Amino acid sequence: KTGLPLWLLGLGVDRLRADMSRLLALLFHQGVLDEQFLQLQQLQDESCPNFVSEVVNIYFHESEKLLRNLRGLLSDREFSDYKKMGMHLNQFMGSSSSIGAKRVRNVCVAFRAASEQNNRAGCLRALELLEHEYCYLKNKLHEFFQIEQQRVLAAVVRYPIQN
Amino acid sequence: MVVGTGASGSMAADGVEERKQMSALIVDDNSVIQKIHKVIMTKLGFETQVVDNGKMAVDLHTSGCSFDVILMDMEMPVMNGIEATKELRAMGVETMIVGVTACSLESEKQAFKEAGLNECFVKPLNMEEAKSLVKKLNKEDN
Repeated sequence: KTGLPLWLLGLGVDRLRADMSRLLALLFHQGVLDEQFLQLQQLQDESCPNFVSEVVNIYFHESEKLLRNLRGLLSDREFSDYKKMGMHLNQFMGSSSSIGAKRVRNVCVAFRAASEQNNRAGCLRALELLEHEYCYLKNKLHEFFQIEQQRVLAAVVRYPIQN
Repeated sequence: MVVGTGASGSMAADGVEERKQMSALIVDDNSVIQKIHKVIMTKLGFETQVVDNGKMAVDLHTSGCSFDVILMDMEMPVMNGIEATKELRAMGVETMIVGVTACSLESEKQAFKEAGLNECFVKPLNMEEAKSLVKKLNKEDN
């Protein structure tokens, strides 16, 4: 359906692998990801071939729930339950650390500092920054997994007997 | 790869002792951590069970379940890791309990250890740390 001969599609494997490496290098350089992401990749093998994307998808699902909760708490002008906010932030920090989402985690640390001071304005600013960082991370990881999917398909085309 | 070998075994028909598969209880309310720890322990040959809080861990033991190792988060709703560890020890549970916490404050980790932990790590556990636990378990077994 691409109009390209199969053998040409197969040649894309190396190019796609290079694209993945370049994207990861960029994310490491920007401090978006840290070494923990590599630890996750090392756990992925034939017994759990989609481990990294599964963990990251769980992270996305949980993070969006937490962001909604945080936004909900702060939208109330009379809000005072900073302890609850701290619990949400601890969860967010824990899961962000676990997938190597370094910048998101660092924003959570600053956010938690503002919540410990009962600083609503500071919390609102931190929440905006958190949403921004999370969005950037999510877009980049989606891009990474899309390239990985294409690479897997291209590898099937290139090595049809082995696959 | 280090594989968990059972603490006790039964005799197979050919007279060779069969090793019971080791079991791990993962106590954490964070789904990302649950997934990571489950995969690590499964790769090391453990049968795993996952619960969301300390009370569920205590209830499992009250109902007669036992495990070779418990990975216990510190901050959880309903019953946190410190309370759950104290209760389990008070019940006479001698299983290896390994604390895994996002908290890096020494004072909080110390309080967690004093509740009755055998070890405490910053979460998530990595493969090397998990292998060191298996070594310790195998030493105790021998």
